[in-house]
Amino acid sequence: MKKYLGSCAVVALMLATTGAAAARDQIQIAGSSTVLPYASIVAEAFGENFDHPTPVVESGGSGAGRKKLCEGVGENTIDIANSSSRISQSDIDTCKANGVNEIQEVRIGYDGIVFASDINGPEYKFTPADWHAALAAKVVKDGQLVDNPYKTWNEIRADLPEQPILAFIPGTKHGTREVFDEKVIVAGCEENGTMEAQAAANNGDKKAAGKACMQLRTDGVSVDIDGDYTETLARIDANKNGIGVFGLSFYQNNTDKLRVATMSDVAPSVETIASGDYPVSRPLYFYVKNAHLDVIPGLQEYVEFFVSDDMAGPNGPLAEYGLVSDPELAKTQEAVKNRTPMGPLN
Amino acid sequence: MTDAVIAKTGKTALAGSARTRRRHASERRFRMMGLAAVAVGVLALLGLLVSILSNGLSSFRQTYITLEIYLDPAILDKQGNRDPADIAKVTTFGYAPLVEGSLVRMMKDHGIGSEADVDTAVAMISKEAPAILRRYVLADPSRIGETVEFDLLASGRIDGYYKGRVTMASAELDRNTSPEQLQLADEMKDAGILVTRFNWDFFTAPDASDTRPEAAGLGVAILGSAYMMLIVLVLSLPIGVAASIYLEEFAPRNRFTDLIEVNIANLAAVPSIVFGILGLAVFINFVGLPQSAPVVGGLVLTLMTLPTIIIATRAALKAVPPSIRDGALAVGASKMQSVFHHVLPLAMPGILTGTIIGLAQALGETAPLLLIGMVAFVREYPAAPPEGFFDPASALPVQVYNWTQRGDPAFVERASGAIIVLLIFLLLMNLVAVILRRRFERRW
Repeated sequence: MKKYLGSCAVVALMLATTGAAAARDQIQIAGSSTVLPYASIVAEAFGENFDHPTPVVESGGSGAGRKKLCEGVGENTIDIANSSSRISQSDIDTCKANGVNEIQEVRIGYDGIVFASDINGPEYKFTPADWHAALAAKVVKDGQLVDNPYKTWNEIRADLPEQPILAFIPGTKHGTREVFDEKVIVAGCEENGTMEAQAAANNGDKKAAGKACMQLRTDGVSVDIDGDYTETLARIDANKNGIGVFGLSFYQNNTDKLRVATMSDVAPSVETIASGDYPVSRPLYFYVKNAHLDVIPGLQEYVEFFVSDDMAGPNGPLAEYGLVSDPELAKTQEAVKNRTPMGPLN
Repeated sequence: MTDAVIAKTGKTALAGSARTRRRHASERRFRMMGLAAVAVGVLALLGLLVSILSNGLSSFRQTYITLEIYLDPAILDKQGNRDPADIAKVTTFGYAPLVEGSLVRMMKDHGIGSEADVDTAVAMISKEAPAILRRYVLADPSRIGETVEFDLLASGRIDGYYKGRVTMASAELDRNTSPEQLQLADEMKDAGILVTRFNWDFFTAPDASDTRPEAAGLGVAILGSAYMMLIVLVLSLPIGVAASIYLEEFAPRNRFTDLIEVNIANLAAVPSIVFGILGLAVFINFVGLPQSAPVVGGLVLTLMTLPTIIIATRAALKAVPPSIRDGALAVGASKMQSVFHHVLPLAMPGILTGTIIGLAQALGETAPLLLIGMVAFVREYPAAPPEGFFDPASALPVQVYNWTQRGDPAFVERASGAIIVLLIFLLLMNLVAVILRRRFERRW
């Protein structure tokens, strides 16, 4: 027994000593689960084609990733934060306070947000106004601001199918929800005249009216999904009346189960999103800690490889998976080469 | 009353009174309820097993396409000097035409499809294939110029077709495959080029990105879990046993030891994510250990497992009769000798059982690993221990969690397959615990 205890102590000691000596040669990335598939495709190809090990890509959300990035400079902090929304001033301030002064902002492309229902259900042609009318807490009916009375889609607009309204939308912790609120609900609110009525009800206060527009009904018609798109898909599978909000790449991987709806008569695709015809999309970013560029081997190569035409170009593997290529990719490539840190937010 | 009477009426004298009948009825009711409870449990387990097995068993088989590939020097070594540095400049994008060329040749040789089908056929081969070729060539550049036979992975949709996940009807609607492609696959199968066989790579290959579900494996996750379990075992067993021996055999009974006892019992019930927060604050931010490393995972899981082991060990020590201790002390042994020579060996089966159950619990844990960066896409194998303890790694339950979030439906099968592997490991560990208890347990 004594001998056994002794050997344990030796192993524990060994653990402690080697830890101090080990230096990191692997790039560490964390952040958005929307960017994760793209980042892992690039990481995989990077590991295959360069003399550096495959980077480690953590998910956990845009906000968590940026927070980790701003924890400080050093080998036990991450090098890159993936983000599906732009960094905020408060993040930049935290970064500054922790000594992370230079951050590069790299826009990798655009992500389309699509509305899809069960493959065997009817076809939908939506406008943002339909969605606002379906989900808002208060809508304008016969010139009056009333509690949302609609039960089926054809009550909103006669040429929509006669099917109960049931929407699975991303929960508030998702970056996708912000885009949904802004580009669908608020846009629809203006479109169908509710914004005006709300402004009048709030004595002309535009801000309050915008907020009131985003109030969704709470009678179970609009369901927040806090999990991933796989959960939304499972919900639609269980309830065929449901219409879910998905990322374009997720839909493209499940075209045999989902029927996609058009928005303002435009079907979502890489092309229509790139041209700006499809209204619901958002840019995706990653943020690089410049202080790590010459310390972590391969970091500069990884960043350049990510935005290279081979990966992020319109014919690259990322576009094939559903990322909408950035028309200004050449500018990004230039900035990445020069390690241009991001300026103040405008 | 005689036996003959009992046989005739089917009653004993006791069955007569109403009170006895009531008591018997209530006992029957109780038994029925117990049986119902067990039945509900068994049904739930069956439902779980059936759903996991039906989804996951297919992940142990995989579809491969056999191709003879000419490692063309004109593409791979333009300088012609076999300089490894030059050859390494050819990326996987450069290797893709080799696969395409050999596929076209093979189709022509076997009379499969037509010229127009080439693009459809190329999409049948996994995007992993060029990477396999490149690794093969870089391992020994002198192979350039040879014609080598490769078993290349078929794409996830083709693989799904032979496992029933993809059908002709669903392929019609599917953007990533088409009925024509499946037709080609059937022709290749008839020609013996395409086979579905046991998939060892599932246990050894690392994770793969969303575009190559067919290449994803559990290699890194199994290694990561094994490293963590090693650390948990090496740290928590001695610490746990030492703490329990002291508390049980040597410590005085007072308020202070009572407080410790209550705290240990409480710690065993603390949600595991709390240990993850602690691990992030102490091991990564304060001590400066690397992120995503099994050493941090092992330390966090050790903290989580210690209370379980201490409680089990104390129970095992308590179960050793005091007469053993008294006997040892009576013949002149010191307190320590009585413990280490007599009590501990007798308590060992109980201690080991507790340890193994604690380890099994730690093996299935994801929540604490979330915060220390182990829930990640990791493709590099960690090195051999002890350096490997500090390399990034994944873990089995983490892999399950990751795969269930992926968009491609092929990952559902992969995730269920990983659950099966995890369940087998847990089953084996519990089996060892049962065997140890059976073999070494002593009763008094």
